[in-house]
Amino acid sequence: MKAFLVLEDGTVFEGTHIGADREVISEIVFNTSMAGYLEVLTDPSYAGQAVCMTYPLIGNYGICREDMESSRPWPDGFIVRELSRIPSNFRNDCTIQAFLEENGVPGIAGIDTRALTKILREKGTMNGMITTNENYCLEEILPRLKEYTTGKVVERVTCKEKHTVEPTTVLEQNGPLSGAARFDRISYERGVREKRPSLVRELNGAGLRVALLDLGAKENIARSLAQRGCEVTVYPALTPAEEIIEGNYDGIMLSNGPGDPKECTSVIREIKKLYDTEIPIFAICLGHQLMALATGADTHKMKYGHRGGNHPVKDLATGKVYISSQNHGYVVDTDKLDPKVAVPAFINVNDGTNEGLSYTNKNIFTVQFHPEACPGPQDSGYLFDRFISMMKGEK
Amino acid sequence: MPKNPNVKRVMVIGSGPIVIGQAAEFDYAGTQACRSLKEEGVEVILVNSNPATIMTDKDIADKVYIEPLTVKVLEQIIEKEKPDSILPTLGGQAGLNLGMELEESGFLASHGVRLLGTTAATIRNAEGRQEFKDLMERIGEPCAASKVVENVQDGIDFTNSIGYPVVLRPAYTLGGSGGGIAHNREELEEILENGLRLSRVGQVLVERCIAGWKEIEYEVMRDSAGNCITVCNMENIDPVGVHTGDSIVVAPSQTLSDKEYQMLRSSALNIINELEITGGCNVQFALHPTSFEYCVIEVNPRVSRSSALASKATGYPIAKVAAKIALGYTLDEIKNAITHKTYASFEPALDYCVVKIPRLPFDKFITAKRTLTTQMKATGEVMSICNNFEGALMKAIRSLEQHVDCLLSYDFSALSCEEIKERLKIVDDQRIYVIAEAIRKGVSYEEIHEITMIDIWFIDKIAILVEMEQALRKGPLTVELLKEAKRIEFPDNVISRLTGISEAEIKQMRYDNSIVAVYKMVDTCAAEFAASTPYYYSVYGGESEAVETSGRKKVLVLGSGPIRIGQGIEFDYCSVHATWAFSKAGYETIIINNNPETVSTDFDIADKLYFEPLTAEDVESIVNIEKPDGAVVQFGGQTAIKLTESLMKMGVPILGTKAEDVDAAEDRELFDKILEETQIPRAAGGTVYTAEEAKAVANRLGYPVLVRPSYVLGGQGMQIAISDEEIEEFMEIINRIAQDHPILVDKYLQGKEIEVDAVCDGTDILIPGIMEHVERTGVHSGDSISVYPAHTINQAVKEKIAEYTRRLAKALHVKGLINIQFIAIGDEVYVIEVNPRSSRTVPYISKVTGIPIVDLAAEVIIGKTIRELGYEPGLQPEAEYFAIKMPVFSFEKIRGAEISLGPEMKSTGECLGIAKTFNEALYKAFLGAGVNLPKYKNMIITVKDADKGEAIEIGRRFEKLGYTIYATRSTAAALNEAGVKARKVNKISQESPTVMDLILGHKIDLVIDTPTQGRDKSRDGFLIRRTAIETGIHCITAMDTARALVTSLENAGGELTLVDIAQI
Repeated sequence: MKAFLVLEDGTVFEGTHIGADREVISEIVFNTSMAGYLEVLTDPSYAGQAVCMTYPLIGNYGICREDMESSRPWPDGFIVRELSRIPSNFRNDCTIQAFLEENGVPGIAGIDTRALTKILREKGTMNGMITTNENYCLEEILPRLKEYTTGKVVERVTCKEKHTVEPTTVLEQNGPLSGAARFDRISYERGVREKRPSLVRELNGAGLRVALLDLGAKENIARSLAQRGCEVTVYPALTPAEEIIEGNYDGIMLSNGPGDPKECTSVIREIKKLYDTEIPIFAICLGHQLMALATGADTHKMKYGHRGGNHPVKDLATGKVYISSQNHGYVVDTDKLDPKVAVPAFINVNDGTNEGLSYTNKNIFTVQFHPEACPGPQDSGYLFDRFISMMKGEK
Repeated sequence: MPKNPNVKRVMVIGSGPIVIGQAAEFDYAGTQACRSLKEEGVEVILVNSNPATIMTDKDIADKVYIEPLTVKVLEQIIEKEKPDSILPTLGGQAGLNLGMELEESGFLASHGVRLLGTTAATIRNAEGRQEFKDLMERIGEPCAASKVVENVQDGIDFTNSIGYPVVLRPAYTLGGSGGGIAHNREELEEILENGLRLSRVGQVLVERCIAGWKEIEYEVMRDSAGNCITVCNMENIDPVGVHTGDSIVVAPSQTLSDKEYQMLRSSALNIINELEITGGCNVQFALHPTSFEYCVIEVNPRVSRSSALASKATGYPIAKVAAKIALGYTLDEIKNAITHKTYASFEPALDYCVVKIPRLPFDKFITAKRTLTTQMKATGEVMSICNNFEGALMKAIRSLEQHVDCLLSYDFSALSCEEIKERLKIVDDQRIYVIAEAIRKGVSYEEIHEITMIDIWFIDKIAILVEMEQALRKGPLTVELLKEAKRIEFPDNVISRLTGISEAEIKQMRYDNSIVAVYKMVDTCAAEFAASTPYYYSVYGGESEAVETSGRKKVLVLGSGPIRIGQGIEFDYCSVHATWAFSKAGYETIIINNNPETVSTDFDIADKLYFEPLTAEDVESIVNIEKPDGAVVQFGGQTAIKLTESLMKMGVPILGTKAEDVDAAEDRELFDKILEETQIPRAAGGTVYTAEEAKAVANRLGYPVLVRPSYVLGGQGMQIAISDEEIEEFMEIINRIAQDHPILVDKYLQGKEIEVDAVCDGTDILIPGIMEHVERTGVHSGDSISVYPAHTINQAVKEKIAEYTRRLAKALHVKGLINIQFIAIGDEVYVIEVNPRSSRTVPYISKVTGIPIVDLAAEVIIGKTIRELGYEPGLQPEAEYFAIKMPVFSFEKIRGAEISLGPEMKSTGECLGIAKTFNEALYKAFLGAGVNLPKYKNMIITVKDADKGEAIEIGRRFEKLGYTIYATRSTAAALNEAGVKARKVNKISQESPTVMDLILGHKIDLVIDTPTQGRDKSRDGFLIRRTAIETGIHCITAMDTARALVTSLENAGGELTLVDIAQI
């Protein structure tokens, strides 16, 4: 079946329909990751957006459900050059086509995704519609596209109830180290091989209790802490600060999440209260932006954001550069930053935008990128260890 | 960290002659790095024995030494030039080994020279098998169970403990020389014994076989501050078991989930950090296809073939960045030269798919085993880019220039279903075609996967191509079907063959429906940032990004495609120089090429680079967009020449010598007429199509005769026939491939072979010098030792050669380059062959005479005259030194290849010896080719009857040098009779000790074995030569070569004098 992608500027791409059969209006963004489409699809930060993958061949390894970053896909739509007609991977559960249909995500394939990316790069992120209606009427659609906003999406994606992620108590529970079967012939011959890779090699967080404020969290945030031995309690986004503070946690994590940070007015108020305590806080992405807003800084919408797994960020304390996983359309303004409150801790090497803050005289640090990876490079996973050291009172 | 201010003079070590496993990629890396160093104001002293390279140009380095790559020579150069640092990580394994030897001996430290880039300790950790294993164990990175052994018994004991099959890898060899997989004790002993001998340190790694696992590579960069990035990863379609150089490779990986991708990426970074590599590095992994189990196969702490491929696949200039890192810069300080917005610390994101296919030399070595193993056999490779895998594969196939254009090009349809399954078990260069046939026969994906272990994703892609073949065959050819066929890059001619509709009609149908190629940019960032470097690939469907340019005149430079025997790096040298010359003259330059190893496909050589197959259709699509003012074909070897006619049909003017004149040189009748007019003699001959006609001509002329196809390079298929039977055999071989042009049969003349390259402006000619071959006629010019200036012919002959050259150039209306081969017999000069184009000897003669003939040719093509360019026409005065070009072979890599020299070219590369005297130049040339004698002073001579007289003279000279001579029965008798002491050894079939035992005893320096006339029928001689080569013994098959070698040895010893080519 034919499908069309209509952009706010009047551009129309014609392609083939994929996924669920329904019309959708959304904000169109692109992601440059070459692998990890399932992690992208299940990242709650994409709520309210339709994602275009710049890598043209998608679906090659099918859907491995254990790699999902939340219980369901969040994007309103999925835009690809080509979907593989067969999946090939030993863990594959189903095809990406079936997954999209099953979860009601419509999409379009066979369009010139590079041309689309260039439009978004030149004109900035814009809204669009994916439709299978060949008789679409531009005059009617374009005003609707202009009207669309992602709205208060955090409330949509956060968990409904508080729950706990159990810590790993012995390292083996994480599964053997990646590739570490190391030719143990017996298990090899019996066909007993490791199922899940893990890169954590120390239970340095054993005994620590962390509260995770779920603003649309990817599961690997809780998992990264649990794999280090922390017990993680996940709270819905609208939980009052007092409730968390009463929990007497060793530390608080503010997660990633979707939408315009300034829309989260009530969450910002609660975060300010968390700031005022002495509890160590580590925040990622939306959490980082909300902490900045809570402490008097400002954020603004970027032209087309950073979405991919190849962005270099520099740790200003050490001068070292790490390749990071990114997914954000808003950024903290550093020029209005009060150094008495916070100073930049990371910057993006390419465009110099802020990638992290260190709060003055506080046990608080926040990053714009995703140390939990999934998808993308695991280079900055050490930040979880830094958070653990902070909770333990080590410097 | 900014640049280290103490680095001012850097010596760069090149990789030497092109051999299998170490090819043009190091010229590309070296050239890019040298330019990057010079950009930083660093003085570059370059050492490389290979004269065909661009890196040995005086515009690339400040001091250029084309000298043998030995420790002694390097020490001498260091003493003379006093560099403050050396950079050994750009010259492949050869350069790295030399750097290590200089470091280990303490020479560098005592001369205050620093090793730039990766440290010696790091190299030892990465390259030493045991050190590497220990290190991996320490950081928890798994390696396959393995043990380094130094003798055969230890290898057997260890294998018994881990079980067969095992992989054997000798330490410190390139391209996996001497390695292999052993399935039983017999194979183990054979490969192990051989590997121990070939290893520089006498070590072989015995490793549990992980054949069938996915082979994944990561290209990693790290700076001295410890910042790391991966440039890209690559997945081998052929699973572990086939050398990555012989595998079809796709970038980025296609069948890895993010979990697997990141697991291996993290491991690669972990390893490079632990090794503390500064610069580029390649990490190879084996990944179990049905688990997360993986192991590290190998780390190369230097730029490599894979890094060249990764550079071209992503647009990220690895060698350039590695050079900057060596100077002290960190990744976040180095700007990305493509986007000018991002930095070198940004990992490239691809929005396309890249496929590399190796160019294997089995068309040259028809007796060789086609099987692919852990020993690399490819001489070159092609790369293609498309936004779908099927299209990239189709484009790569037709880029190979091996008479293949789709998956039907090798016909296996006669095999039954069972037979095809059997055939699938053979791992060779035809495997994808066999898989296609298996799919046609209905073999299931699973079954194909079980046999080949190739991932079913790739099998499905092959199936998509097969389904398209079937759809096209079935018809009707609708617009939709045509669109889809073009999307997956079916060329028009294949569509035409399958549908029965003419190519012209298909093209019309495409144009009528706007089904035309559009061009996308390789920009390192998947369009996230605007890029300014016009590096393009074609796709069907979507918008075109090729920027319209105007103003300047546009010239199209056609490249020479994959490196193969007969058409090597020399033609890339010519293409690049021509591009630079046109650019200097104010032209906008456009290069089309498909070889990822070369300088010509670097992003900043031409104004625009199209990474595309060199077929008429692909070129036409570019012509339609660019509308060039002209095209030059005379620099890109036969690949470019073959496109002449098509270009003219497209209405593109051919700049320089006209197509009809090129034809006149190749067409027998036309050429005979020209020779008649110009009164130049040649060997009598005729043109034929069939064996019957050939025999008739041969009998008329009298044997021996030379048989060869026209329009080929490197004497492909050329043979000397001495009988009707041989004619039949050779004609059968030549006609296996349909010939568009007649076959030539000429009387074989034995004499001195002379070669000339010249520039002609239409009126005057410029001959930089005359080259003379050491081997008499009958040995291909590319395989002969070539001497400049010609020193055994008299002035009258030289003048005659110059005069004939002038007459031929004028008669053929040459504008640009011309290459002519002559035979001199006494005072008589005959012409053998005329090529109105660049040749293999162009870089060599340019460098040793200091006359840049490619640049001059380009200027002449634009309209300048030789006089205007400041040269006096005619034969230029001879230089005051001798420059000798020595061919270098890779026979040890190709199991079963016949090594004896003949009219068909077999060498893969060359090196230069340059000195004031002939003898020193000759010694240097042999030394550069790796002939470092004497060692044991034992040799074997076994020659055919006709050579016995010369064998006596040569034997006597070796005897005087202290050699003990072993000889087979009749040779021994002849030698002893003449008073040369020779010990008789038995033939292979006789009782021990035989000649074979002697060779395998490893105390032999060299074998002189001349095969009986024509294609050798004796299994004995073939076996002797193969065994000698495979055990690392020098084997000489022409008496002239043997004489040259003994002359060189007589003059060995003493300090070598060094010549700075940049001063010429």
